[in-house]
Order: sequence, then structure tokens, then C-alpha cells
Amino acid sequence: MLENIYTELIAEHSQSKENRRALANATIKERGHNPSCGDEITLELEVAGGVIADAAFSGAGCAISQASTDMMIELMRGKTVDEARRLAELFIKMIQGEVTDDEELEELDEAAALKNISTMPARVKCATLAWHTLDTAIEKFGGDKLAR
Amino acid sequence: MDKNFLNAFPILRSKMNGQPLAYLDNAATTQKPESVVRSICGYYGGCNANPHRGVYELSVKATKVYEDARRKVADFLHAGSPKEIIFTKNATESLNLIAYSYGLNNLRGGDEILITIAEHHSNLVPWQRVARATGATLNYIYLSADGNLSAEEIEKKLTRRTKILAVTQISNVLGLVNDVKTLAARAHEVGAVVVVDGAQSVPHIPVDVQDLDADFLAFSGHKMLSPMGIGVLYGKKKILEEMPPFLSGGDMIEYVEEQATTFAELPQKFEAGTQNVGGAAGLSAAIDYLRGVGFAQIERIERELTAYAIAELKKIPYVELYGCEAENKIGLVTFNVKDVHPHDVATILDAAGVAIRAGHHCAQPLMKFLGQNATCRASFYFYNTRRDVERLVEAIQTVRSVMHLA
Repeated sequence: MLENIYTELIAEHSQSKENRRALANATIKERGHNPSCGDEITLELEVAGGVIADAAFSGAGCAISQASTDMMIELMRGKTVDEARRLAELFIKMIQGEVTDDEELEELDEAAALKNISTMPARVKCATLAWHTLDTAIEKFGGDKLAR
Repeated sequence: MDKNFLNAFPILRSKMNGQPLAYLDNAATTQKPESVVRSICGYYGGCNANPHRGVYELSVKATKVYEDARRKVADFLHAGSPKEIIFTKNATESLNLIAYSYGLNNLRGGDEILITIAEHHSNLVPWQRVARATGATLNYIYLSADGNLSAEEIEKKLTRRTKILAVTQISNVLGLVNDVKTLAARAHEVGAVVVVDGAQSVPHIPVDVQDLDADFLAFSGHKMLSPMGIGVLYGKKKILEEMPPFLSGGDMIEYVEEQATTFAELPQKFEAGTQNVGGAAGLSAAIDYLRGVGFAQIERIERELTAYAIAELKKIPYVELYGCEAENKIGLVTFNVKDVHPHDVATILDAAGVAIRAGHHCAQPLMKFLGQNATCRASFYFYNTRRDVERLVEAIQTVRSVMHLA
């Protein structure tokens, strides 16, 4: 069970420093946290012409929450905001066990490696924190405004 | 003797993730012996009716179960009278009752409420709200380097302006036993009322409210073998009598007219609505069980397990312990594994059948004071064994390699 969760890929992403920074020209900054466990991230997005030009984060939490955030950042760079929301929804459905087809999950790229979390109800919130935060951030800012 | 305990707790012989269960989350809630489960079934199977109301025999029986439990709790805490025992849902409700009924009605701007930085949110957030509503100030006693309450801090912060001192008898994060008796005496000298959070002490050490001279003491049944949903507020009769009701409705009244109501006497004044009689029956059976084991034995076992766990964890260079240098410590060990978040530690231990708590333990200000976002906590009860501690240590030794750090 553990080796399916704490894979080398997840270890690498949880320790990676590359996407842990502040953006000089952030369009959106959104804080997300799980009050029950204390996992905490701040997500920064730079959006231009409806496309996520750059993304970064800061925060502290368990390996799953941090790896998931790091993977999401890499996936979102270059995507349109609409695409980003759709992918966030797909990821959340994967973690909730609603989408299980590997082919369908391919577009989540490395983040599809977190699929096994769907069998660990106690860790679902850790995996989905960043993706809910992204969705809230775009929603709050007004998705339409960003798309223009 | 260990074996006898396991026989009384079938759940402790169950498995978790295919491994024998090592249940080390007793500060969160304890397991229930068969005698407690039987008493609850016995109540609902043979005595259930609404107490205090019916004139028929079954209701009288239910009333007797409930009031016998109250007398047992009064005796257990060495209270002056069963009227000083109010049944609640848990320690949180008990502390809220004090905050809302006593705090809101007796404090005003310029007054001070004094608590410690090691309080559980349940003995902290209600006081924040009372302070905000009344204009009183909420002050904190900070800890010395060893994790104990600093004597200097107590001297400095306990003043004539202090109207309430609310303090835990044993910290749920550090396991340190506060000298509540000395603190209460000092608080009474300046005219403050003393509120004791007994959630982590009443299950583990003998507590005598009159000896402590506590004005109020709160605890939860579920942390001492009882079902969830039954808790206790002890209060000195003289103070409780002067307090207005917290919740109002059925069973707590004397006369109700269209525009006015007179309230029932203690303890009914504070027990609105149908109460948790099955829970009270369970609490009563739990007290019998604990007395059978004996607090001398409970304390001895827990001190031994705690000392053993600390000694073994100290041998692991990448484990950091908190509040483990102090002598007056009982029942739990709080720690971190270097470079690994507590939740990941807890998941890895879970796979090995070891149940511990990870997170902020409902004590975020203390976590900040300790400079940690979160910690792991292994907490013991008398039914735990040295083997449980060994399994904890063995599992911790695998953590860094599972996380690809070793």
C-alpha cells in the first residue's frame, strides 16, 4: 500500500523547490488551507489573454499536499483558465474515485500518479487542496474576465 | 494483568490494515470495555424511558439510573454534593457553559481572563469570545524551556484584575501535569475564579475537586472508557446557584408563564431537554471499571510506558521530542520525524497497525509557541503494553526510507 502512495515521483515533487517562489507579476493570489490538519498553501497565477503564463506556490504541509500542488503548477502552466478549471475538476473526480479510466486521466500527466489516494479517505483533502484552491481563485477573480 | 485488560476490550484484539492494532490515540478518545457497552445496552434494553417526567415505573427506573450516575460522579470527584455535578455532552460543552453563563455575566471592560498557552481550543476560543463580548482582556501564561508553566509568568500575570483563571490540569499536547492546587490558591488570593480543564487528567490521575479548591472542573466521558456524548461540569454550589441557565427549555424550569419563567434548582437548572441517560449509565460503569483497575496502577503503567517510549525515541537521531525533559509528565509523547510531515508519519504508522494522532491537536497557539506547524502524538492508557511502544518505535524507524530520505 505505502509504496503505491509514497513513490519516488511523489517524493521528488514534494521536495522540489523549483515552483516554490513568488511571482513578480501575479494576477491572482489565493490562500488555501485544511483547518483540520494545518496544511497550507498560497497559490500565485499570472494570467495573460486567458492563458496561465506562469504559476508558483509557497506553503507547508504533508508530502501528498505539497507534491500535488507542485504537479498541478506544472500541469497548469500554458493552459487557458477554462482548461485549468476543467482539469482541476477531473483531478478532484479522480481522487473521489468517480473517474477511474487511465486513458481519460492521461491529460493530468504526472498528477495522475496520485490516483491511489482515492483509496485513502483520510488523505483525500491533502491531495485536493491545491486544486480546490485553484478553482476558487479563478472563480473569485471572475473566470470571464480572465478569459478575455 | 495486561492480558486481562485486552480480554475486556475486544477492539484491542482487532486488526488495522492487516496488522494487530496498537491503539495509541487515547488522548483523543479511549476504547470501551465490555462492561461499559453492556451497561448502555442494559439501559436501553431494560430501563429506557424519559427520566424525571413520567410517574410510571419505567420512568422512575430511568431517573434512578441517571441520578445514581450523578451520585457516582460526585463521589468520584469528591464533590461536596451531587447538585454540583451537571451532565453535559463533553468537556467542550462544560467549558462553554461556564464561559457563557458565568463569564458573560460577571466580566466587564478592564477585567482580565488568564489562561495558558498550552490550552486546548475548547478552553481558549470560548474565552476569546467572552473577552470580545465583555471588553475584558485575554492574557496568556507562557511556558519555560522545559515546557512547564513559568512561575515568573504566573507572578506577573495573575493580578487583582484577573477575574478568571482557566487552566488545563494536564496538557493534551505535552502531557505535563500542572500544579493546579497551588495555582488555584494563588488565584483565589487575588479574587479570581478557577476553571480547571480536566479532560486529560480525570481519566489518568485521582482528582479531588475540594482538595484542588477548583471552582469549576470539566471533563469528557469518552476519554475515560465511556461512550461519546456524555461529559461533566463540576461547579461549586454557591457559584452555580448564582449563575443564569445556559440552555433553556424543558426540564430546567419551575413555573413557566407567558412572559416569565422561574428556573429549577441545581442541577436541573443547567440540564435543558431530554438528557443522555444511556451515556450516564456508561460513565457510571466506566468509573466502576477504573476503580477496579485502581488509579495507582493506571498511573504506574502510563508512567512506565511514557518513560520507555521517550527513552527509545531518544535513541533515534532524526526524532525530535517536545516537552520530554520534565519530570511531571504522564500519558503521551509528542514528536516529529526530521523532514517528514506528521501526516505522512501517521499514514506510514497506520499501514503498520499503529494508530497515532498527527496535526495541531486543537492547540494552534501552542504549536506556534513551539515553532511547529504540526506534531505527531502517541498517547497511552493503562491497557497499552510495552509491545505497543516497541511497534511504534519499529514503525518510526521505517518512515525515512518509505519517504525516500534514507
